[in-house]
Formats: sequence, C-alpha cells, structure tokens
Amino acid sequence: MADTTPAPKPRGRLAHWWDGDFAYQFRRSPVAMISFTVVMLMVLAAIFAPLIAPYDPFDPASLNLMNGFSSPMEPNAFTGETFWLGTDDQGRDVFSTILYGLRISLFVGAAAVGFAMVLGITLGLVAAYVGGWVETIIMRIADVQLTFPAILVAMLIFGVAKGITPVEYRDQMAIWVLIVAIGLSDWVQFARVVRGATLVEKNKEYVQAARLIGRGSGAIMLRHILPNVLSPVLVIATISLALAIIAEATLSFLGVGAPPTQPSLGTLIRIGQGFLFSGEWWILLFPACTLLALALAVNLLGDWLRDALNPKLR
Amino acid sequence: MLAYSLRRLFQSFIVLLVVGLVAFSMFRFVGDPIDSLLGQERTQSDIERLRGELGLDDPFIVQYGAFLGRAVQGDFGLSYRQARPVAEIIAERAPATLELALVSAGFAMFFGVVLGIFTAIRRDGFAANAIMSVSLIGVSLPTFLIGILLIYLFSVELGWLPSFGRGDVVDLGWWTTGFATGSGLKALILPSITLGLYQMTLIMRLVRSEMLEVLRADYIRFARARGIREKSVNFRHALKNTLVPVITVTGLQLGSIIAFAIITETVFQWPGVGLLFINAIQFVDIPVMAAYLMLISVMFVAINLIVDLLYFAIDPRLRADRSGGH
Repeated sequence: MADTTPAPKPRGRLAHWWDGDFAYQFRRSPVAMISFTVVMLMVLAAIFAPLIAPYDPFDPASLNLMNGFSSPMEPNAFTGETFWLGTDDQGRDVFSTILYGLRISLFVGAAAVGFAMVLGITLGLVAAYVGGWVETIIMRIADVQLTFPAILVAMLIFGVAKGITPVEYRDQMAIWVLIVAIGLSDWVQFARVVRGATLVEKNKEYVQAARLIGRGSGAIMLRHILPNVLSPVLVIATISLALAIIAEATLSFLGVGAPPTQPSLGTLIRIGQGFLFSGEWWILLFPACTLLALALAVNLLGDWLRDALNPKLR
Repeated sequence: MLAYSLRRLFQSFIVLLVVGLVAFSMFRFVGDPIDSLLGQERTQSDIERLRGELGLDDPFIVQYGAFLGRAVQGDFGLSYRQARPVAEIIAERAPATLELALVSAGFAMFFGVVLGIFTAIRRDGFAANAIMSVSLIGVSLPTFLIGILLIYLFSVELGWLPSFGRGDVVDLGWWTTGFATGSGLKALILPSITLGLYQMTLIMRLVRSEMLEVLRADYIRFARARGIREKSVNFRHALKNTLVPVITVTGLQLGSIIAFAIITETVFQWPGVGLLFINAIQFVDIPVMAAYLMLISVMFVAINLIVDLLYFAIDPRLRADRSGGH
C-alpha cells in the first residue's frame, strides 16, 4: 500500500497528513480500513436515505397493503413487485425502513455522544482547573452516577422526562429526550479523563506562561489546555458512539425510545420480533444485521484508534 | 479498618439520601399527585382535603422526611396504573427476578472461571483461541439480540424450550418458585443464558488475564522447579491468587445482573421486577419507578460496600496501606 503514495512533489497539507504517522498506521491496518469504510458507507446511506431509498416508508400514499409480507427478492404474489429485502405487514419496503432507521440511530448516537462530550469536557476542565469544593461536588456526582449502569440511568431519565412532557408532544420529543438521556448517562467517562489530563497539564510551563501574560482562566482552559487533552477524548468518543448506538437500540427495543412513527433500528427489531414465530424472518434479520455491523465497525475503529493514538502500545 | 469502614458506611448513606431525594422529586414534581389520585370529578374541598392528607402544603424538607420515613417502612404509595400498593406488586414480582438473577450469576461464575482457567493454561491451543474469538463477538452483541437469537434457535426452529414466561410455578405463599417444576426449570434456561452470557465473558477474560499474570510470577516458576505437579501448581498456587479481583468484579456484576434483567425480562416476557419497571416507564407510573429506583440503589450501594469491605478483608496489602486512616 505504501508504494502507491505519490512522490513528494508539491506537498499540500493533505499530502503531508497522508504521509504522516497517523495515516500510515491507518493504511497498515486492514481492520481499520474495513471498519472505517463500513462506518462511512453507513453514514452516507443515512444522510442520503431519501435519495437512495426506493420507497418512502412514511408516505401512507405509497404503501400498498397488498404488498405486505413479500419475501426478499421474490415477486409479490398479488402485485408482482419485487423488494430486495422484502416488506413488513403494512407493505413497507424493509430496505427503505432500514435506511431511515439507520438515520435515526446514527443521529441519536452521534448527538448523544456530542452532548456527553461537551458536558463531560466542560465539567472535567472546570473541576481540575478550579479545584476546591467545585471539583469535589462534580467528581462526587460522577462517582455516584458511575455506581449505576449507564443504561439504567438513561431509562430513568427517559421515564422522568416522559412524565414531564405533555402527552401530545411525547412522540415528537422522544428523539430529543433520548439524546439527552443517553448523553447524561455517559458524560462521566469524559469528565474523568479530561480532569485527569488537565491536572497534569495545568502545572506545565506553557500554562504558567499563559497565566503570566494575563490570559483569563476561560481562555487558558479552552485555547491552551483543551487541545492537549483531546486525543484520549477522541478514543473515548468513538467507543462511546458504539455504546450509545447500542443503548439507543436497546431502549427503543424495550419500547422506551424512538416511537414507531420515527423508528430507529431498535424499534424495527422490536417490530420484527413480533413476526419471528409466523416465519417472516426478514423483518427482524436485516435491521438486526445492520445494527450489528454498525456497532462492530465502530467498536473496531475505536480499538484501532486507541492503539494508534497511543505510541506506547506499539 | 474501623475508620475506613465507618467512612465507607457514611458515604453509602449520603448516596442513598441523594437517591431518595431524586425519587422524592419524581413523586412530587413529575405530574400532579392530586390529578393522579382524584378523577375528573372533584371539588375544591376534595383537593384541599387531599392536599392536607398528603401533606403537600408542608415545607419541602418535612415532606422529604416523611417520604423517607414511609420508604424505610416499605410504603411507596399506590401504583397509578394498577391502583394497588407498590410494595405489594414488587413483592409479588421479586421472586421471578431473583431466581433468574441467581441462576444467571451461577452460570456466569461457573463457566467464566472454568473457561478462564482453560484458556489461560492452554494459551496457544486451538480451542482456547476459538473461545477467545467467540467471546469477542459475544461482547459486541447487544443483550436483546442474543435473546432473540436463542429464541429463534431453540424455540422457533428446534422447539425445545419455551420462548416466554416462567412456566408452572409453585406458590409458597410468600414466594413463587419455578425451581420445583419441569416447565419452570426449562423456562429458566434461555433467559439465564441470555442474562449471564455477558458477565460470563467478562469473568472469563478477567480470570484468563489474571492467571496469565500470575503464571509468569517467580513463585510459580519456583514451584515448578521444586517439581510440584502441574495440576497443583495451576490450581493450588495460581488460581488462589487470581481470586481477589475475580471476587470484586463478580460482586459488582451482581448488581448489573439485576439491572440488565430489565432487558432479558422484556425479551422473554419474564414476569419480574424489570418488566414491571419497563411498563412503569411506558405508562409513566411514577410510584413504581421511584420505588424501583430506591430498591435498586439500596442494592447497588450495599453490594459496593460489601465488596469494598471484602476486598479489604481478603487483601492484606490494603490493610497495611490504609490502617493509618488513608
């Protein structure tokens, strides 16, 4: 693979990056390349779902009940239409619902991790930089929360939030509630790592120098310390993404997540489980495989990233 | 030792107070208790009377104290959905969850330790490598998919085992058990494998890595040099010293088993506390949610406390370090 890189003629930033250590590690690892490709394909499929999907599963006008329960790759007995991955009881194309489900799963997962990241980084930075009772309170809360499994915390937050939202908004708000619930259940990891790294960084010379020239605490935390503690955060974020996607799928599967009007992969699996006994295996199997491939790919990518960003492990 | 225990006890107490506060706030501020208890037809005097009875006009701290007092006595109020005392409903459901958790913990511990030892001793064997690879997939599979997979294999395709419920249970008055009947035992198999599989892989990997660590130690080499039989080295000398972290992790996992039972119980429609909790969330049955939160916190905190103290008792090094009051 390394032979194919162009000879160093005009070196742009991208080419420089491509020759760099990080990219080299990437090109050398088939697992990283495959999982990265899988994740990218899924992200693209999710973004362009309305363009790729052959049918719009949420447009009642396009649904034909006669198409219900079509087997994959076989023409329907009544209408003669063929669906790649079959249809469900309503005659919805399974492939299209998976694309839209992937969209919601990825969106919720990414947004939840983003939320957890912002919250965790902020609290971790503040805890380490300010210290004193602020640090005690933040880290105590983190300890208490860590005693409980994240999924349980997410369920509770979801339940309480559901109780607070008025009945008529519950379905619309469910996705956002889900993001907040999963995000709040996951910030502790980020806060702990950022705090640990910040405690080391804050006594280094460059921080002292910045303080000496009179930069404010906020600027020092954001502009000076934060860039230096980001690489472990990146690793945790990737692994958190896999966990968040699975957490979202689990909650939706249990019926306390994405509503049937906005089905995520977990909701689709929940629906599909109902048809397991009557022999319509495809309604369950394909969403389940998609979820599995996504979670596995993100996990492997996270593992690789952890090794690649930590030169000590090589 | 005493100072450490007391401090841990105090910390646990604070945690429980905070959780109690969360549970109480759910009661008090999520939804209107008056709305939930009185129907549409109510008069102003009814509302006044109920407010007085429930103590809703008292200061916050007094209400919180009263709530804790009732909770300690096991009184969590009435379920909004079933209109029965929450304590009664939970007591009715608890045996199912506890039996399931017990069987899965036993399954996870037994196979986890056995497979862990096996993969450590036969480190380069084919079987050991196969087990390790399969376990990696097992960790990335979400619990509910494992459950569905097992149902598909053993209930739908093979038809050997039931796919939902507890089977026939024997009612002992205060406890219902599935251990006494054939169908009860059969119904336990799939859910407990589903629930225990993740913990099993965890314990297996832990035992394996600890064993590998210990087997490299000098005293093991010395034991071999003295001509002690391989079996004795492995089990008498090595295994014993791997058990401290294993006990800690297994203990901590006990709490997770009860929490993750929520997922397994939903997949298998197992009539336990977890399914009750999920239904409570779906129907916003706040008293049940609050009671579940309180119960599971007491359990988690107690397990953490016991494991910490146990750790302390088992590992003499910790005692030496901390006896000065840390």
